[in-house]
Amino acid sequence: MPDAIAEAPHPTDEELHVKHHFATADQQMDADTLGMWTFLITEVLFFGGMFAAYAVYREMYPLAFAATSEFMNVKIGAANTAVLICSSLTMAMAVRAAQLSRKKDLIKYLYGTLAFGSTFLIVKAFEYHAKYVEHLIPGPTFHPDNLAPQFQHNAQILFFLYFCMTGMHAVHMIVGVGLLTFLVINSYRNQYNSNYYTPVEMIGLYWHFVDIVWIFLFPLLYLIGHWHW
Amino acid sequence: MWANSYRFLADLPFAATIASKEAGEIDLLWWFLCAVSLVMTVVIFVGVVFFAFKYRKKPGVDPVPVHGSNFLEITWSVIPFIVMLVMFWWGADLFFAAETPPKDAEEIFVVGKQWMWKVQYPDGNREINALHVPVGQAVKLTLASEDVIHSFSMPAFRVRHDVVPGQYDSLWFRPTKAGHYRIFCTEYCGDRHSQMIGFVDVLDQDSYNAWASGGTGGTLADQGQQLFTQNGCSTCHLLNEQGRCPILKNLYNHPVQLNDGRTVIADDAYLRESILQPNAKIVNGFEANVMPNFQGQLSEENVIQLIAYIKSLSSQTATASQVGALPTNGPQVPAPGKKQSAATKATALQPAQQ
Amino acid sequence: MATTYQTTPEAAAEEPVNYLNVEHGWKSWLFTTDHKRIAMLYVFSITLMFLIGGSFAMLIRLHLTQPQGLFPPEVYNRLFTMHGVVMVFFFLVPSIPATLGNFLLPMMIGAKDLAFPRVNLLSWYLYIIGAIFAVFVVARGGVDTGWTFYAPYSTTYSNSYVLSAAMGVFVAGFSSILTGLNFIVTVHKMRAPGMSWMRMPLFVWAHYATGLIQILGTPVVAIALVLVGVEKVMHVGIFDPNVGGDPILFQHIFWFYSHPAVYIMILPGMGVISEVIACFARKRPFGYEFIAASSMAIAILSFLVWGHHMFITGQSVYTGIVFSFLSFFVAVPSAVKVFNWTATMYKGSVTFESPMLYAFAFIGLFTIGGLTGLFLSTMATDVALHGTYFVVAHFHFVMVGGMVVAFLAGIHFWWPKMTGRMYSEPWARFAALMIFVGFNLTFLPQFVLGYLGMPRRYAAYPPEFQVLNVLSTAGASVLGFSLLIPIVYLIYAWKYGPKAGNNPWQAKGLEWEIQSPPTTFNFDETPTVTEEAYNYGPLEEKQVA
Repeated sequence: MPDAIAEAPHPTDEELHVKHHFATADQQMDADTLGMWTFLITEVLFFGGMFAAYAVYREMYPLAFAATSEFMNVKIGAANTAVLICSSLTMAMAVRAAQLSRKKDLIKYLYGTLAFGSTFLIVKAFEYHAKYVEHLIPGPTFHPDNLAPQFQHNAQILFFLYFCMTGMHAVHMIVGVGLLTFLVINSYRNQYNSNYYTPVEMIGLYWHFVDIVWIFLFPLLYLIGHWHW
Repeated sequence: MWANSYRFLADLPFAATIASKEAGEIDLLWWFLCAVSLVMTVVIFVGVVFFAFKYRKKPGVDPVPVHGSNFLEITWSVIPFIVMLVMFWWGADLFFAAETPPKDAEEIFVVGKQWMWKVQYPDGNREINALHVPVGQAVKLTLASEDVIHSFSMPAFRVRHDVVPGQYDSLWFRPTKAGHYRIFCTEYCGDRHSQMIGFVDVLDQDSYNAWASGGTGGTLADQGQQLFTQNGCSTCHLLNEQGRCPILKNLYNHPVQLNDGRTVIADDAYLRESILQPNAKIVNGFEANVMPNFQGQLSEENVIQLIAYIKSLSSQTATASQVGALPTNGPQVPAPGKKQSAATKATALQPAQQ
Repeated sequence: MATTYQTTPEAAAEEPVNYLNVEHGWKSWLFTTDHKRIAMLYVFSITLMFLIGGSFAMLIRLHLTQPQGLFPPEVYNRLFTMHGVVMVFFFLVPSIPATLGNFLLPMMIGAKDLAFPRVNLLSWYLYIIGAIFAVFVVARGGVDTGWTFYAPYSTTYSNSYVLSAAMGVFVAGFSSILTGLNFIVTVHKMRAPGMSWMRMPLFVWAHYATGLIQILGTPVVAIALVLVGVEKVMHVGIFDPNVGGDPILFQHIFWFYSHPAVYIMILPGMGVISEVIACFARKRPFGYEFIAASSMAIAILSFLVWGHHMFITGQSVYTGIVFSFLSFFVAVPSAVKVFNWTATMYKGSVTFESPMLYAFAFIGLFTIGGLTGLFLSTMATDVALHGTYFVVAHFHFVMVGGMVVAFLAGIHFWWPKMTGRMYSEPWARFAALMIFVGFNLTFLPQFVLGYLGMPRRYAAYPPEFQVLNVLSTAGASVLGFSLLIPIVYLIYAWKYGPKAGNNPWQAKGLEWEIQSPPTTFNFDETPTVTEEAYNYGPLEEKQVA
């Protein structure tokens, strides 16, 4: 091993936040990483159930689905997609900053991620409001006046899937915003540096996952009607 | 070859009632499964008891480490698997037969609702929680639900099928022994699920004729025709010329081309959907949103009556059930061997508005 | 057949510090992160739910002595539903993993705790929240949809507490997911030096496989319940055929989890049996690698067979054929295990302590239960038997005759380790025998009832079925009473039983090398593993000095 590293003072277990049941910091990092990936796999299955329902009903009513997507504002959806991808970029930069012990950059990028994430949620809120105004919220108030007559029968299911899938995604985003706030607070308290940045990386993984779910949702819900065979 | 073995099974003192040849065939498979299970259970029980006794702790006798045996592992994986393949094949074979009603099966309609079975015969007779059929006559029951999932079961014939709202289901049986057999609902459907029971009476031909002749006026098709006029269907679906709507003569069980390019067969399920969800499939050349939606205005029984009427407009015999798989929501291939006149063939090749 | 457990002189002396006496007070229990304390918290709460579910069972059997029943049908319908919901989601699914798994898994691989102790505690709290929902539902009059919540009855027609019940199960599901997640990460990352995968006890393999099913299957039933809840409240029509919804879609999503769920229930039990048989035959399990591999095979294959619950729903015959074939396939690994356990006794040195008696009962009853499953995988016989008491008998044989018996085997086997005390062996043998007799008397007649056509979930039945029903209830009375006996003597032993010492059974395994009860961190120093698992030899007759 190079002498330079051998000479650097070895951080204590406490600085590395090693818990009592782990033998080394590496073991803890390994376990945390595997734990977060495993949790994300359960999330894949969770969303997967809804994607399965979507697939079944789309196969049954392909034209109705295509017609419904006319109601989705592709421009707004695309813009939101860009916003979310930017948030993943800033998140990755934040993890990098933590790795390099750059506290100012870390906080800057965490704020950036928060800003992009919040923008996404606010735009979503406007979209939902627009649906509400057009009486497209499934339930007792559902009344799709502008939808072609032959699809009105099944329209409610399709809109329900839209709200269920994007709503579930939004809930995950809100949780993510909460986690990012927790990271910001802890960053101010000098909790993260090159020896220990695990929470930043784990929450980063979670954030990227939520982003990827959206990247599937956007074409499946917004773009299907705009594809011409 | 196995057809006569069921008689022996029916006479076993601990056998359940067997009232059809198919039930006997299923019971033969049941006893085979019992025999295999008994053998396996005895082998394991004897194995455990024998080893436990023979190798019980004895002073001076030490346990001998035995790692395992690949040969044994493979043997006791492969042999049970082969036995199971026999079970699988036999079961699938009988299941296929249970899903394929014979050509001469008479079709009776059963509508399940909380908490009764409403039976409709083609000749217009109606019953609740009771079924009458003659010995030897194959019967296909087309099942519909008005509310929740039910399940129609007749243990004596070893038949059962779930009755799911929104679709047609069916089962068939050919009773070979006169008698008074139970009908059960076997999918939990609410408070009085256990009261949704009845009897099927299998009668010899004379008794059956006597029973059938006491019917109410009009066949099922007649009742359907009444509904057809009452609900205004006849104003658009003209009999002999094309109105604003597809003609219904010779429609039943023929292919129909839709406006999205698909071709489907106009079977029971298609007709039901056309009445209750008319905009789900639009025939090529016609417009959507013309036919009123009768969902909620016509009960499942009414729909059955209308379908019987539409069937009677077909040049094929309306009362005999069709050969082939049971009604599904998807397109069906007409069964091979069914004679098609040149006229119907031409109809089949072109959109159904001639 | 003298008992073989031994006590050491030290054990009779003053009690050393252990996980139970290191701290006192309710805060030290409710805020603990020690996996062993959390396991004991689960033991207490799961036993409570078992008693609730069991009371419903007794009421059901009481009701069924009369063809017209004792209670009104509305009450009966709620009784069988609550029995199913409580037993499946609040007893069977968590049972062995949350109690014995939590307690033993870290020790068996030489770790000081699970990978995520606070997540472990969160698991327990989620379980409790779910259980509170369930108890709330019971108190308010119950839910009557059957534990399977089939739409559209549950979403549109039932006027019982469907939403609350669904929410309770939803929350409990996350408890299960987190437990599985914890086990998987622990097995991957926290094995002691020298503890390779093929040196792990089969109990650990079983819990690893169970964890895989928990994390992959449970989220799907969570979604199914969310959809039912939304449908119930907002009537959006997802399962409503009148707006194009499909009730069968619910069944697919539901059974995609609920079939693998039954393997969540049985795999840990199989892990227990492997340990018990090895110890009381004084031999390494025959075909260790095959038993380990079969646990993994069962976990994977369990996800491919859910459609065998739906042969007669109108799904395509070809779909049914695929599911039928795969269902036979998944039976093979289970059969392999049964053969291997039997062969383990070959040239062994077998003794008959109560855990071993339970293990024998398990092998016999699980074999019968598994074989009757084949009747249901066979499509043609399933048509005749679906929805009848044959199905009820089948799953009670594997769940009660299999899983509950294995649970009892494990609780008895490891009670000395968990509490440091030995229970009364004569009472244990008596209870085991009574449970075996009572169980068979309860459920064997139900196979016959099913063959004769008696439907399940029936509040009233035709009189020709009465004799068999009364027989079944007689058995249930014996079974119900007998299941209470272990609770009494185990608690008694904890307070007044003789001290057990580190290893009263002279068993092999890292958990037996530490004190009973263990200290908070299990090991003073992380052990290094140098020998294969199950390095059994003959019992030492002399006491260890």
